[in-house]
Amino acid sequence: MAMNELALETRGLSKNFGALQVARAIDFRLERGARRALIGPNGAGKTTFVNLITGVLRPSAGAVLLRGEDVTHRSQIERARRGIARTFQINQLFRGLSVLENVCLAVGERTGACNNLWRAAGARPEVVDESIGVLEALRLQDDALRPVGELPYGRQRLVELAIALAQRPKVLLLDEPAAGVPSAESHIILEVFERLPQDIAVLIIEHDMDVVFRFARSITVLVAGAILTEGAPRDIAADERVRALYLGEHAHG
Amino acid sequence: MQHVLNVAVGLLLDGLAYGMILFIISVGLSVTMGLMGFVNLAHGAFAMAGGYVTVTLMSALGVPFLPALAGAFVIVGAASVAFERLLYARLYRANELDQVLFSIGLVFMAIAAFTYFYGPAPRPIRVPAYLSGSVDLGFRTLPAYRVFMVAVGAALVAALWFGFERTSLGAKIRAAVDNRHMAQSVGIHVDRLFTMTFALGSGLAALGGGLAVNLLGLTPTFAIQYLVFFLIVVAVGGLGSIRGAVVAALVLGITDNAGKYLYPAGGAFFIYAATIALLLLRPAGLYGRD
Amino acid sequence: MAGTERSPGAAAEFLLRRHRWRPAEALPWLIAIGAYFAFPDYMALGTQILIGILFALSLDLILGYAGIVTLGHAAFFGTGAYAAGLLAARLGWGEPLSALLVAGACAALAGLVSGWVLLRYRGLTLLMLTLAAAIMLYELGNARADITGGFDGVTGIVVKPLFGRFQYDLYGHTYYLYALAVLFVMFLVARRIVYSPFGQALVGIRENLRRMQALGSPVHRRLVTIYTISAAMAGVAGGLFAQSNAFVTLSALGFERSATVLIMLILGGTGRLYGAFLGATIYMLLEDSLAKLSPEFWELGVGLVLVLTVLFARGGLLGLLEQAARRLRRWR
Repeated sequence: MAMNELALETRGLSKNFGALQVARAIDFRLERGARRALIGPNGAGKTTFVNLITGVLRPSAGAVLLRGEDVTHRSQIERARRGIARTFQINQLFRGLSVLENVCLAVGERTGACNNLWRAAGARPEVVDESIGVLEALRLQDDALRPVGELPYGRQRLVELAIALAQRPKVLLLDEPAAGVPSAESHIILEVFERLPQDIAVLIIEHDMDVVFRFARSITVLVAGAILTEGAPRDIAADERVRALYLGEHAHG
Repeated sequence: MQHVLNVAVGLLLDGLAYGMILFIISVGLSVTMGLMGFVNLAHGAFAMAGGYVTVTLMSALGVPFLPALAGAFVIVGAASVAFERLLYARLYRANELDQVLFSIGLVFMAIAAFTYFYGPAPRPIRVPAYLSGSVDLGFRTLPAYRVFMVAVGAALVAALWFGFERTSLGAKIRAAVDNRHMAQSVGIHVDRLFTMTFALGSGLAALGGGLAVNLLGLTPTFAIQYLVFFLIVVAVGGLGSIRGAVVAALVLGITDNAGKYLYPAGGAFFIYAATIALLLLRPAGLYGRD
Repeated sequence: MAGTERSPGAAAEFLLRRHRWRPAEALPWLIAIGAYFAFPDYMALGTQILIGILFALSLDLILGYAGIVTLGHAAFFGTGAYAAGLLAARLGWGEPLSALLVAGACAALAGLVSGWVLLRYRGLTLLMLTLAAAIMLYELGNARADITGGFDGVTGIVVKPLFGRFQYDLYGHTYYLYALAVLFVMFLVARRIVYSPFGQALVGIRENLRRMQALGSPVHRRLVTIYTISAAMAGVAGGLFAQSNAFVTLSALGFERSATVLIMLILGGTGRLYGAFLGATIYMLLEDSLAKLSPEFWELGVGLVLVLTVLFARGGLLGLLEQAARRLRRWR
């Protein structure tokens, strides 16, 4: 596959906390338009991996490439501006603001509207219209004017996703997006995934195997900070090592 | 030449004694801030209270100096438990601003209360004869109280180091400073640990306050007058680091003392400039964790 | 500001509604003008209150909106005060408005430089850095008594008539109106900023820094920008202070002033613009009467109010009023 077809690549990405190795020379590639799931037992280093990609953490060794460009030494903010967006395992919302404002911030920061000190917020219809559009996609439009803190947890989880979508990312990293969402609403998430622009590369960390198998076209298995195996969902499901891993985990807990 | 040497030795000893006071008062603040992340600007009020307890025990009840210091340690330490449980504990999860405002509020109330009962004028202290004279070393005489201060400080450093590094309580505190959740999950009662540490730290502050009366004087504003220095010791040394508190307190004590003598107009300026420079380079302080 | 040609949807309307003037917002200005006629003998105190409001308002921009906790805001007030004071006393630059501009510009420069360096840090480190930086400035002023006049301060500040026409009377009527006008202009600027998209981004930083970074928001630049604006505003307040008192001492820079402005704002309520008005007015009125009566009880009272505010009324007095209004509405 040609280099420019890769949305995201890591080369030998490693991270140590003292003697503890949480990422071991991870070579990882995510193509444009990928629908990849990252699975693995608790403590495998999945969230750490996301933090290394987004620039929250600095790697001890290795490189992160975004559409062929080495962004290893770029800050989190610069990477976000180059098209990486993420959701968090635990909601990171602007709790004092309305749902609409939460999304408007993402749109405003992306378009540069937030550089304006003088015009009134809301005076630019395109920012508001776009934000409303994102909310409609997630069926959040009726809650648009409510403070986000008043929403039930599952709805807040959708706002978490809405903010990331409003960034119009090239690479979207979803850290357990369906966790805590009632099953009645988790289909909304899957529908949204289906309607995502085709060229976005999506990496999803998820424990709910239903979501994984319905969404992912390929799966990467991470164990103890290293990639155990990668492949199509069918192959991964048939992989003895993976089965042992999950059966073992279920047997214990 | 002899004169220069005399001045140098005098400045060094004064500075060391002063630094020891800063250490004794600040070390409790450093550990409690490291443990719970609580920005307690009222720590100086416990030191001030310790000074008044010492003076009152001596003048009103005729308690000798050393037992009065022990009394200050115990009384203020015990009283601080009530403050910790009733007030501070409510704000462990609050943001820094709330903690700052709350503890500044306590400082104001403490200053007002002590001014009401003791008046704004400095309180004198009569230290025993064996501490008010000078010590003859044969080739040189040194002021006894300074020597005593340095000895007490050194003894406390040793005791705290031993307690911190070699006892199970110390190990628990260190574990909790490092990672509170981890400590909690291995069965350490962090709440109880903090109450104990808070009491110990406040008691030490009171002890330092009692010891400071003879060197720095005692008025109700003591609670705020040296507050910035206590904070500098904590921040520069690194939260929760006894070694850091020792180093920072002694360096600060010696330089501030020497600065006042050698360059009275601008000495303090350089202390703050140095503090800023150090914090810019090492935001977590000399021995703190990032 | 009404007359929008395009009819925006309910959502945009919701956002726009907030920055439209509400009738109640005329109240503080009506009171200020009313006080001018009702209490002509208290214009000196009134002027100081207006200056206090402006100073607290400048703090609200960074603390209330952007969530920057500082213990050294007086550094900018003092910079402005000394700039205006020294201009008039040493260089004979007595024209008040241009001197005020210079005061604001000097403080803005101090804010830009210190903010650019310090606002990379957070939490306790930032708290210590702002505190140490402000005290350092104070000590610098102390060390260079040849410039600042040391503890005696800068005296002999003579201000020329405003616009070359309005003389200053003994009771400070002119100063009161002058300060009121300056406060109004500054308030318009502050109000504009907090309701702008930029202001929304500041609130975003206050509410969730982590998420703003993940959004790619240039957080440092935003913080430095508002810090500089806030410093300029504090500098203008300081300039007014120097002009109306005709002297400046080191206390203009002191820690106590940083603490006091914080207390005023907390008392009134942060992140609400009008909290500065309420807090500064009540604090300074009470201080004027109670502090002279019994300094201890005044100090005890301030301490108690702080503790109670933190424990029970995080929104300050305005927050309590809002709560009461909400309850009343629900009750009806």
